[in-house]
Parts: sequence; C-alpha cells; structure tokens
Amino acid sequence: MDILQELSESLQKGDFKKAADLTQKAIDEQLDPKVILDDGLIAGMAIVGDKFKAHEIFLPDVLFAAKAMYAGMDLLKPLMIKEGIPTIGKIVIGTVYGDLHDIGKNLVGIMLKGAGFEVIDLGNNVPPEKFIETAEKEKADVIGMSALLTTTMPVMKKVVELAKEQGIYEKLKIVVGGAPLSVEYAEEIGADAYCFDGINAVERIKHLVGVN
Amino acid sequence: MRKILSISTDDVTPSIDAVLKGLGVPEGNTPDKRIIQLAQKSISLYKDIAAPTAVIMDISMIDFEKVYHGDGDNEIETPLENIYKLADNLSLFAVTVSENVNKEISRLFKQDEFAIGSMLDSAASESAEMTAQIAESFYSDYLKETDRQNPDSGVMRFSPGYCGWHITAQKKLFEFLNPDDIGIELGESFLMRPLKSISGVIIAGPKKIFEFEDVFPFCGDCETHSCRNRIKAVLDK
Repeated sequence: MDILQELSESLQKGDFKKAADLTQKAIDEQLDPKVILDDGLIAGMAIVGDKFKAHEIFLPDVLFAAKAMYAGMDLLKPLMIKEGIPTIGKIVIGTVYGDLHDIGKNLVGIMLKGAGFEVIDLGNNVPPEKFIETAEKEKADVIGMSALLTTTMPVMKKVVELAKEQGIYEKLKIVVGGAPLSVEYAEEIGADAYCFDGINAVERIKHLVGVN
Repeated sequence: MRKILSISTDDVTPSIDAVLKGLGVPEGNTPDKRIIQLAQKSISLYKDIAAPTAVIMDISMIDFEKVYHGDGDNEIETPLENIYKLADNLSLFAVTVSENVNKEISRLFKQDEFAIGSMLDSAASESAEMTAQIAESFYSDYLKETDRQNPDSGVMRFSPGYCGWHITAQKKLFEFLNPDDIGIELGESFLMRPLKSISGVIIAGPKKIFEFEDVFPFCGDCETHSCRNRIKAVLDK
C-alpha cells in the first residue's frame, strides 16, 4: 500500500501513533511535506468528515482521527514553515465577550485545522475589538465567532460593525455558530454564514474562501 | 427552608450510554471498544474531580413573581407563568459539579486529548442534570415530610433561559437564593460559573397544572422538546 494511503487509513482509524510514525517515514523518504499533508492527512480527515455526515461514524471517532491528524501535523509543521508552504486559509476564532463556553468552538477549530486551515484561537470571553485587531494583524481570511448565550449574541453584531468601520468587512468572511444562533440571525447581523457543527463549518468556510 | 445538600458523586455518575448520547452517538448504536473504554475512563475521571452540591430555598408566590419577571424580558406567554400561579409550593434551587471539571476539560483539550475531553464535558453536563434531579426529589420529599404536599401532587423544575423565561431572570434569582455559598457566581452576561451549573425554580402542585402543549412561538426553536418527557414523568408518578 502506498505510504500516504496507509497514513490516511491510520488517521481514519484514529491511530495517532501509527499516523505519527508514517508521517515521519514519509518525511524520511523525502516526500514533499505539502503532499504528505494533502494526500495523507487532509485526505484522511476528508473521508472522516464524509462518514460523519453520513452518520456512519460519530463525534468520538472524529476526535480520535483529529488527534491522529495533529500527531502528523506536529511533525510537518516545522518543515512547512521552513519551506514557506501556505495553508489553505487563515481563520481567527473565539467565543465572544461575556461567554466562556468553548467546547463547540474548540471542536470547530480542530476540524478546521484538520482541513488545512491555520487557526488562531483567541479563547473565550473575547472582546469585539480583539477579533478585528487580530484579523487585521494576521491578515486573516475569516473571523469565526461562537456564542451559547442569547445575551452575548449582540457582540457578534458589534464585530461585524467594527469590521465595516475598519474597512475590512469586504476583505474577509465572518461566520458564526452556537446553539441559540440561526441562519436568520447570521443574515440579520451581516455575517456570511451560520455553521451548525465543525464539519459544516469546514464546508461552509472552504466554500466562502473558494477552496475545493 | 434553605438547605445546602452535599451529594455523593456516586449518586450522580452518568452512564456510558448517557455520556455517548451527549456526543451524538444514538441509543442502540454499539460503538467500538476503544470508545467505550474511553467513556469509562472519562466517568472515572469525573468521579475523581467532581464535587456535586445543591442549594434549595422555599420562596413565596409574591417573591417568585419578582424572580419570574426579572428585567421584564420574558416572552409574552410562557408555560411557567401559567403553572407557577397554580402551584402549592415553590422553591429556588441551584446546583453545580465544581470548577475542577471545567479546568480538567480545558487541560485535556490543550493536550490534544479531544475525545476524552469531550466525554468529560458530556459526563459533567449529564451529572449536573442528575444533581438538579436530586434537588427536585429532595424538595418533593421535604414537602411530604412536612405535610405540605397533597397526594395528587407533582414537582417540576424550570430554568431561566428556557421555555420563554428569559435568562436575565437569573439576576433576581441569584439575589434571592445567594448560591455563592456553594461556589456559583453570576457574570454580567448572566453566565453562571462554574459552567456546569443549573439554577431555577422547583414547582410543586396538582399534577394537572403541569400539562401543557409545546405550541408556544419559541417552541419552534427548541431542539429537544424535553418538556414532553418531563410532563409524562410527572403524570406517570
């Protein structure tokens, strides 16, 4: 079996030790790090995502696969930085000011990294200005916000307004998620998308930034 | 009456099925051995670090009216508004399972231990519900012991943020109940800390007062319609 196929399968099985070993083996065999990432790790996570959407596997399986993905990416990252290999996009994520819930946001971040995005996670209780400052500084393609309280949802609207004031609204995409949110709310505040889970977030964001 | 309950973790330990259900694994599905083992590990971990506790306090109808209306942000009509006015007895309650759980969940995620971190989160959420259930049962037993419960009575709890009762009512609830002595604080956004905390009102009264249909405008946004099972549980007792 081709080493990258083997790597993809080990990731799908959530075998993080084997994923790390195979990633290192591929590196030692002088395979291009981007190819190892795209055709081994991201390819494996894509299959995991498809199986999750088809209800063939469930969140625990996805999280095992994500750990395997991270194990491989930890080995590839220094090489990719050294060679200046870009990610498919950069996204700033956080739970909005006043809210400390972060499990959902963490899971979205995991899935986005697994899809090849660079994720800058601001944590929770993030003031609106911080989203904008970081997005500008990092030249992010996307801002992603999470809220689990109806009382903190207005912060999302504030971030959109600040993005317009700072002249960056047209330069990036803004996505929102969280239990009390909806497609209608996203549209109302001027966000580009509402995402209902991590897999959906990957799909929507890839579409928004024009990545296949 | 105001009582703080120390609750044994054994009494509020969730099942493996409940932990996995919280992660979207459907009932009846047989996950692989690795997932079951990790769920067991998360439950053991939960038992090591959790410290479930509850506070319950009687409240008069007049005072609860102030709590219910809070800052005036409730939906125009709610099931709770119809129910509490027909109650025989009311009590405020708050429960928590300890900040240690949230700290451990964060630590696990930072170490890329996503699966067990998520399972611990699910276990803690389920356990908090079980702790609230113990508070509800305690109140029911207390009313029976003090001859304040009629034979055909039931109890049901409601929490701000659900069923049209606005989350801002937490503020008044906290003013009356003062659950800071069991370690629960209320933030500016009405978020409770520790996160795995539940607060609300326990209502005791004739079983028929709890019967309502989920046809309020906000019911359309509800993902669980858990009221159906809760009402059935009251009526079946």
